[in-house]
Amino acid sequence: MTVADLLEETYSALSSNKARSFLTILGIVIGIGSVIAMVAIGQGAQSSIAARIQSIGSDLVQVTPGAQRGVGTQVSSGRGASRTLTQEDADAISKEVSTAKAVAPELSGRYQVTAKGKNTNTSVVGVSPTYPAVRNIAVDQGSFISDQNLLSLSKVAVLGPTTRDDLFGTDAEAVGQTIRIKNIEFKVIGITTAKGGTGFGSQDDMIFIPLTSAQRFLAGDNYVTTISVQAVDSDSMAQTQQQITDLLLSRHHISDPEAADFSTLNQADIVATASSVTGTFTILLAAVAGISLVVGGIGIMNMMLTTVTERTREIGLRKAIGAKRSEINLQFLIEAIVLTCVGGLVGIVLGWAVSFGITYLGILQTSVSFSSVLLAFGVSAVIGIVFGYFPARRAAALNPIDALRYE
Amino acid sequence: MQAGQDVKTFPTQFEYICMIEIKNVVKTYKSGDGTEFQALKSVSFKIEDGEFVAIMGPSGSGKSTLMHILGALDTPTSGTYFLDGKDVSTLSEDELADIRKGKIGFVFQSFNLLPRATVLRNVMLPLVYNGVPHADRQPQAEAALKAAGLDEGRFHNLSNQLSGGQIQRVAIARALVNNPSLILADEPTGNLDTKTGEIVLGTFQKLNNEQGRTIILITHEHDVAQHAGRIIFIKDGQILSDAKNPNQKLIKDL
Ligand SMILES: Nc1ncnc2c1ncn2[C@@H]1O[C@H](COP(=O)(O)OP(=O)(O)OP(=O)(O)O)[C@@H](O)[C@H]1O
Ligand SMILES: [Mg+2]
Repeated sequence: MTVADLLEETYSALSSNKARSFLTILGIVIGIGSVIAMVAIGQGAQSSIAARIQSIGSDLVQVTPGAQRGVGTQVSSGRGASRTLTQEDADAISKEVSTAKAVAPELSGRYQVTAKGKNTNTSVVGVSPTYPAVRNIAVDQGSFISDQNLLSLSKVAVLGPTTRDDLFGTDAEAVGQTIRIKNIEFKVIGITTAKGGTGFGSQDDMIFIPLTSAQRFLAGDNYVTTISVQAVDSDSMAQTQQQITDLLLSRHHISDPEAADFSTLNQADIVATASSVTGTFTILLAAVAGISLVVGGIGIMNMMLTTVTERTREIGLRKAIGAKRSEINLQFLIEAIVLTCVGGLVGIVLGWAVSFGITYLGILQTSVSFSSVLLAFGVSAVIGIVFGYFPARRAAALNPIDALRYE
Repeated sequence: MQAGQDVKTFPTQFEYICMIEIKNVVKTYKSGDGTEFQALKSVSFKIEDGEFVAIMGPSGSGKSTLMHILGALDTPTSGTYFLDGKDVSTLSEDELADIRKGKIGFVFQSFNLLPRATVLRNVMLPLVYNGVPHADRQPQAEAALKAAGLDEGRFHNLSNQLSGGQIQRVAIARALVNNPSLILADEPTGNLDTKTGEIVLGTFQKLNNEQGRTIILITHEHDVAQHAGRIIFIKDGQILSDAKNPNQKLIKDL
């Protein structure tokens, strides 16, 4: 029996029972396709969240007022408790923490803002000129808050693009106009570049004013709500965080770190937390995909096993007319391989197409991973071969009469 | 027989090697509830090269069981089976496969065609396993089908689109296609009318007379058995009688 004969036998066996071949292939296609698409979506979500965190700025340590998240020392986080950080703390950090590259204190609050009769409630952030560099924002039109603005307590404002759209209309000319925050007039001197991202905390929906002006006219006191510190590089973030903690503890005359009246947050920790969340999400998707792979696998198994009776008789017949056991084994192995490979390839194309479609429609930037392709393909190949080949192998070991009589 | 002749034809130091020799063959079936049933009880005979033997007996007497053993498709529970002087029980699986495809043509009582395959593919299948070149397969299969008396218009039908008699002729053609030296046919004319039956029997006689092929067939009908040169009767797994048939009915022209 030549290779061509073997392939011909395989072809005619598969094509003479088209429904069975189709259903077997379908099971494999669905199993493999869903695993690939699900994992691609999970990994896309993970990298999109990581990208958003990076867009806040890089190598940041954020210091906020209020207690550390220590046990039993939970200080009330009411308004009084949050007034613990000052401009002087920020200055001290920038002077004494050796690994701090830039320090940006800010005072933020939500206020009613009006312009030309339109009004919106948005986040107003008092900042220093170091803010754009530390928090990774850029100015699109006009200019940002300058040192001069800070010294002279200027009533000037830089708008995020979303706020600009809300107050003046989409893409309207806003530089040079005036807005009223808490009924105090501010002059618009610039618009920041859109960064994307929506919802609470989006840097596109903010108004930046000089920190000193915010303290004087809006808050009425000398405190800040956040100090963002950029470390010189990502390796020194932990060290920066430690130095800041030590410095502020001594400045605030607190000996027990557990009783600190501020907390520090390392961006690496945020990334780690977020990626552990998205990692869980990916595992969830992979589990769903795994279940569909198992279901697909059971489909394959069913198809293969329900035809075992018929195929066992066929094997008995082939043996009765002189087929060797090895020839039968080979034919059925090739059959199982052809089924799983055709199903596998179609499944890979399908999974990839679904991921591509999701990316193309702008829902999520998905990424197909090679390992998921390999895993999905491997599992269905094993199922196909185990349930397609091994029953045939067992039947080929029977003597022809026993195989022909098989019920 | 004279001693001189003996020496010339067969060396005296060897026992004469006949084509088939079974000795005390027993076949026991175990049924589901554990009870045993002896389908063959110590059967022995010899069949020489070029004989045409009919095996007769009532239903359930063990004819098919015996035939499966002779066709190297099943193994006896005890006893020995020599085919061309070789003890079949000592042969490897691959050697058995070689015997089945090269030496024996088997017609099953229940035909056992490949479903969903055409008549031609069914008949060509033994040629595939026997390594016959691709181009020669179809002509050989067509010749075998004609010898079995199947209408040419049916060659491309699927095997499950045929009548019982047509299926029987395809099964016979498949047994003949490899030109086996031993043809074992289990009720080959059971589904055929007298005329078609005679065509098949005539084909067997021709293969037997002109080409010296050994033929063993099972039948219920005395009339069919009369075409053989020797008739063996079996009942309850035992041989009742085994005798030459002096009035062998020969089919002259087909
Ligand atoms: N696989 C088996 N398991 C159990 N008993 C069996 C099996 N095969 C055959 N038998 C029994 O062995 C006996 C002989 O069966 P066999 O098929 O050889 O009969 P037969 O002479 O060919 O009959 P028929 O003329 O009806 O074809 C029967 O009684 C049958 O029931
Ligand atoms: Mg029978």
